[in-house]
Amino acid sequence: MGDYIVLAISCILVNNILLAQYLGNCPFLGTSKKMETAVGMAMAVVFVLVMAGVITWIVNTYILQKYDLVFLQTIAFILVIAALVQFVEMFLKKSIPALYSGLGIFLPLITTNCAVMGVCLINMKEEYNFLQALVASFSYAVGYGLALVLFAGIRERILLARVPTPLQDTSIALVTAGILSLTFFAFKGMV
Amino acid sequence: MAKTLVQEFTKGLWEEIPPFRLVLGLCPTLAVTKSVENGIGMGVATTFVLVFSNILISALRKLIPSKVRIAAYIVIIAAFVTVVELLMQAFTYPLFLKLGIFIPLIVVNCIVLGRAEAFASKNGILPSTADGLGIGIGFTLALGALGAVREVLGAGTFLGHAVFGPSFEPFTFMVKAPGAFMCLGLMLCLMNLVGKK
Repeated sequence: MGDYIVLAISCILVNNILLAQYLGNCPFLGTSKKMETAVGMAMAVVFVLVMAGVITWIVNTYILQKYDLVFLQTIAFILVIAALVQFVEMFLKKSIPALYSGLGIFLPLITTNCAVMGVCLINMKEEYNFLQALVASFSYAVGYGLALVLFAGIRERILLARVPTPLQDTSIALVTAGILSLTFFAFKGMV
Repeated sequence: MAKTLVQEFTKGLWEEIPPFRLVLGLCPTLAVTKSVENGIGMGVATTFVLVFSNILISALRKLIPSKVRIAAYIVIIAAFVTVVELLMQAFTYPLFLKLGIFIPLIVVNCIVLGRAEAFASKNGILPSTADGLGIGIGFTLALGALGAVREVLGAGTFLGHAVFGPSFEPFTFMVKAPGAFMCLGLMLCLMNLVGKK
């Protein structure tokens, strides 16, 4: 049990998927301008990532490894993720239309969110067992959501500040992300 | 005709150079630019995928039904990424190990899918090739430049050769994650300064 808690903490804080492993940055910058979209995106990522982590683990273990097809991993994983995202999109459109329109184009873009694909690949690389893969996927997703929501809060404040013209928009956002990343860096050595 | 091809090619080098003008494909940009070598290796691999997927998608653009086009594009891109992955594993094994999971992650690089959707699906084979090549080379240059800044400051080396004397204390900050974000942000700021005469 202790091992799983250590794994969870390391995935949420120490190896934060966004700020320490640099995955999923495009939607991170794209949806963090408003708190509302950031929260929506964070929830969508948690949902998709956990399911993707579990399903790719099953596909990898019971199909790819069994029949010696591991070289098809990239194609197989991206197909699983694309299908999942389609499903989430249909689900949100039907049941939560407000959130659906709020997320806009970023929902289909979860397919190309490297965080989702990246976590699936990390799970395979570290050779996690089923429970570890589940815990890791969930914790990475929570870490992603945490970083995204924190960053959205900061960016809403930046809107009120006077930023020099060349630094505006993406540029200042990246510098701010660097500072946020520095704070997460302090967790290194905790686990 | 020849002139427009040149235009399609050169726009990727300055006007639409990723990741500065088109803020896409940030993850590999941040992650692999610890050194010039990694940056350029990643850029070349991405260019390969970009050119071939652009060619194939442009050739098939009338056959792919528009409803399932994204899925079709992703499968095409994933196939080329697998090709690159296997080639790199065979011929440049040390680089393959260094880039790690970021090679399969070219599949989800927004630049590749972005070009497929915005350009190759609407244009002929030749312009699409020029577009893929231009954007790819622009991306390689950008990664090389970012890698150069980070390697020189963060490790005191350029392509593995020491630049400064032995008394130089490297800014380890630059090769770590926070340095990556800030370095890219400041380079973007520099581009804005130069671009807005």
